[in-house]
Amino acid sequence: MTFHAPVMDYGALSPLIALTAGVCFVLLLPLLGRGRGSSRIAIQTSTALTLLTLATTAGLLIWHWNDPVELVSGALRLDDLAISISLIAIAAAAFTVLLSIREPAAEQAGGGEYHALLLGSVLGMTLLAQAQNLVTFFVAIETLSIPLYILCATNLRREQSLESGLKYLIVGSLGSATLLYGMAFLYGGSGSTDFVGIAAGIGHAGLLSDPLVLVGIGMVAVGLAFKTSIAPFHQWTPDVYEGAPTPITSFMAVATKAAAFAVFVRFFDVALAPEAGDWQPALAVLAAATIVIGNVGALGQDSLKRLLGYSGVAQAGYILGGLVVASEAGVNALVFYLAGYLFMNLAAFSVVVARERETSFGDDIRAVRGLGRERPLLAWPLTISMLALAGMPATVGFIGKLYLIEALVEGDYTWLAVFIAVGSMISLAYYLRVVAAMWMRPGGESASATPAIAGASPEADPIDPEAGRRWYLVAPALLAAAGVIFFGIIPQPLVEFAQHAGAALF
Amino acid sequence: MINSLLWTPLAFGLLGLFLPKRYSGWWATLGAAVTLGIAIALLAGFDSGAGLQDTVDVSWIPGLGVDYSLGLDGLNVFLVVLTALLWLGGTAFAAFREQERPHLFFLMMLLAETATLGAFVAQDLLLFVLFFDLMLIPFYFLFGAWGTDREDGPTAAAATLKMLVYTLVGSLLMLVGAIATAIIASQDGGHHLTFSIAELAKHPIAAGSQRWIFWFFAAAFLVKMPAFLLHGWMPDAYRAAPLPVLAIFSGVLAKVGAYGFLRVVLPLFPSATVQFQEVVLVIALASILYGSVMAFTQTNVRLVGGYSSVAQLGFITAGIFALRADGADGAVLQMVNHGLVVAPLFIIVALLAERSGSEDLREMGGMAMRAPVLAALFLIVTLATLAMPGSANFIGEFYILNGLFQAKIVYAFIAISGVAMSAYYALRLYQRTMHNRRPDTIPSREIGLRDGLVLAPLVLCIVGLALYPQLILHRTDPAVQRSVAATKGPPAQAQLAATGLKPTYNVANRPVGGEGR
Repeated sequence: MTFHAPVMDYGALSPLIALTAGVCFVLLLPLLGRGRGSSRIAIQTSTALTLLTLATTAGLLIWHWNDPVELVSGALRLDDLAISISLIAIAAAAFTVLLSIREPAAEQAGGGEYHALLLGSVLGMTLLAQAQNLVTFFVAIETLSIPLYILCATNLRREQSLESGLKYLIVGSLGSATLLYGMAFLYGGSGSTDFVGIAAGIGHAGLLSDPLVLVGIGMVAVGLAFKTSIAPFHQWTPDVYEGAPTPITSFMAVATKAAAFAVFVRFFDVALAPEAGDWQPALAVLAAATIVIGNVGALGQDSLKRLLGYSGVAQAGYILGGLVVASEAGVNALVFYLAGYLFMNLAAFSVVVARERETSFGDDIRAVRGLGRERPLLAWPLTISMLALAGMPATVGFIGKLYLIEALVEGDYTWLAVFIAVGSMISLAYYLRVVAAMWMRPGGESASATPAIAGASPEADPIDPEAGRRWYLVAPALLAAAGVIFFGIIPQPLVEFAQHAGAALF
Repeated sequence: MINSLLWTPLAFGLLGLFLPKRYSGWWATLGAAVTLGIAIALLAGFDSGAGLQDTVDVSWIPGLGVDYSLGLDGLNVFLVVLTALLWLGGTAFAAFREQERPHLFFLMMLLAETATLGAFVAQDLLLFVLFFDLMLIPFYFLFGAWGTDREDGPTAAAATLKMLVYTLVGSLLMLVGAIATAIIASQDGGHHLTFSIAELAKHPIAAGSQRWIFWFFAAAFLVKMPAFLLHGWMPDAYRAAPLPVLAIFSGVLAKVGAYGFLRVVLPLFPSATVQFQEVVLVIALASILYGSVMAFTQTNVRLVGGYSSVAQLGFITAGIFALRADGADGAVLQMVNHGLVVAPLFIIVALLAERSGSEDLREMGGMAMRAPVLAALFLIVTLATLAMPGSANFIGEFYILNGLFQAKIVYAFIAISGVAMSAYYALRLYQRTMHNRRPDTIPSREIGLRDGLVLAPLVLCIVGLALYPQLILHRTDPAVQRSVAATKGPPAQAQLAATGLKPTYNVANRPVGGEGR
């Protein structure tokens, strides 16, 4: 037996190489200076280097736009789906870097480490979006997750942060273990680790006749559901979101979801495409349950981060709808919604970060009370984001839902489209509660002066009364909100972006 | 032209943000006036013989088959003018008064105008749904942030949230319904995806699909009106709303629902319309009876207005669902009439509330004493509300009842009781506020010049229409005929026959079979 080393297309691997190099530089360079990397200069250096790395990677990815290639003997595939999802993750990371400026967590974790871990996670996501083989799939999902476990716990002086990290580690490991176990079954049943090979291996047998493969697929789906916080595997989401440093929460909410959905799509629409009829109903039921559970869970949440966590669960349910139909339109809608979700969610999280540092209320809804009068530049982005997440017209959220519903109706899943409509209706109750707190007179709840809730102990998070005016918080909020409105009125560029992604698979 | 009609209000609203606060009200009034000017110019150039005119049609999201397509025809041209007119009145009335955060208030007012005009002129189904939903956002802010909190009830924010959830239940389902209509039509016809209402109306989808999509649309429109059983949001929202905004809201927004039936439901789902005609008629009658009874038991003047709108919208719905041209003609005329009546009514309520400091009928009275002009204006509005012979409302109701008599005589008999009851509640409102003994605490003041400038033109329009209702009837008739004809055409009947659901009544209103009952 002769062994042929795979051909390395370094050009197409360059985004991954750039990210890896970035991780090393960001980690090591600040150590060269004095003070062992904890000084302000070290943090500024790593911030700048991280942004530079992200920009380089984005450039290298765009270079390969519309030019799909298989890499490393088909273990990876750099196509427009991978590129679009990676770009979403990179954009989310760039926002996170801005939101992390002066973030206590970033300072406590030491200069380079925080940013290096962030880049490491982005590396995992970029890899995951390209993964076309069970092995790269698993390696990528671990590369993505392990830095996040640590990042969640970087706010060392806050108990909730440590708790969140531990919780995420345990639940995440469980998810990964289930995933790996399922992969083993799948390999046993189909005789291949390659997605295309799996499709060929189980193609003639049929899904229901082969319990080995069926169990494997079920476990892989469960593992992915953990990562994308699909109900009933979502319970960790609100807890982890609440405890993690807020910039990291925003990163997890957008980027992890995008990357995990990318592989979700690739796995189900490539490896399991021939058996679509068998898994579609199961995923549709999961999506419907997720929409209901997420939206109902978010009602009555006082912590904005928990609220956004549950809303993220519900949104994952909507997005899963794009996968259920197993069609090109479905993938288009899914990528479009993820891109829109980037803008909608980051606008909200930027404001939450700003208010968290500015007031003593932490992420409690009281932190945004009267914001319309006090800080219109923050109130507008949060308002726009809430309306968009609820699917109101003239925002990207409306077009995203329109796209998803169109795909669902076309794929004969009209009942799931009705679920999306009903879910959006429930969601109004909590999204508008936030809007009402900002613009309308406070109702029955009396504003109390006691600060300590949801992880805001004064010594851990020093209050910066000017945080609501800092450019690195206001600019991301405004930028994201502008994106929400712009793509709500002129969605065609984003539609074309998403159509490229869909065309890569079908 | 139609583009400038649509976007002028929003443009003025956005520019107004850069002006000093004290001018923003006047600027907004100017914006509304310019919009009215454009609307009148469009009406002047309107050719009642031609179909859709002043059209704009550009591809908006080609990837999703959505077009930016606008147009005027007999169905919407007067509603557009009504919208522009009432907005000018409401904005001017608000501008005469001190508003908190005026920049935002007037921006929201003008955004609401753009959205409402958009819903009226949209000729693309999805664009219609978009504007229909968009209308709610500014009203949510206007009601919630500038409304009054009740001590014994929900806060303004809670009341407006209730309104929004109610109305969106319908309109989100409508979004699904709209998409389903277009996709089913494109799959059946084998052509590319389009949401154009005219295109979709050419080949209605299969009767089976029509049946459920019909209810998705009907839910949205009936909640908006609001119709009986779906009116739960109305009392709280009406009590919370600031009055100038409520005048517009009640005058225009309810009509969007009725308009939606004529524009979308009848042409696109003809066989479902025929099939469910009686169900909707029952809802309409229930609205008439319930609304009238509630209107003469309420003591809050806003709710008298609110419940009378429920009853009036019941009439309009009944007129549309007579599925005859005269009934629908009357419905269109009555939409304009009701808007012209209810908006001044709420402005008068605002004036009365300013004088008496209360919105409770029991605490008012005798205000006509030193205010003959106000009393005269109010009397005209009242007489028009109760559809006094000689008013345009009389002609509208006459057409509606005439259509209903010929279509479904039983329903017409019940509906007639609503006419009688409207006399009771309208006169009761007038009498209790303007006549009776005057409580000592209430000053009887004449209407101010500025408020008179708002009110008098609206009342003049009522009088003008009473003298010359043909202005509307003549122009709307061809479009209404087309809309109603869809349900009469052979396709609708043939589809019904194919599904085994023949109409249960023949022309002589006698039962012919038992299948559908």
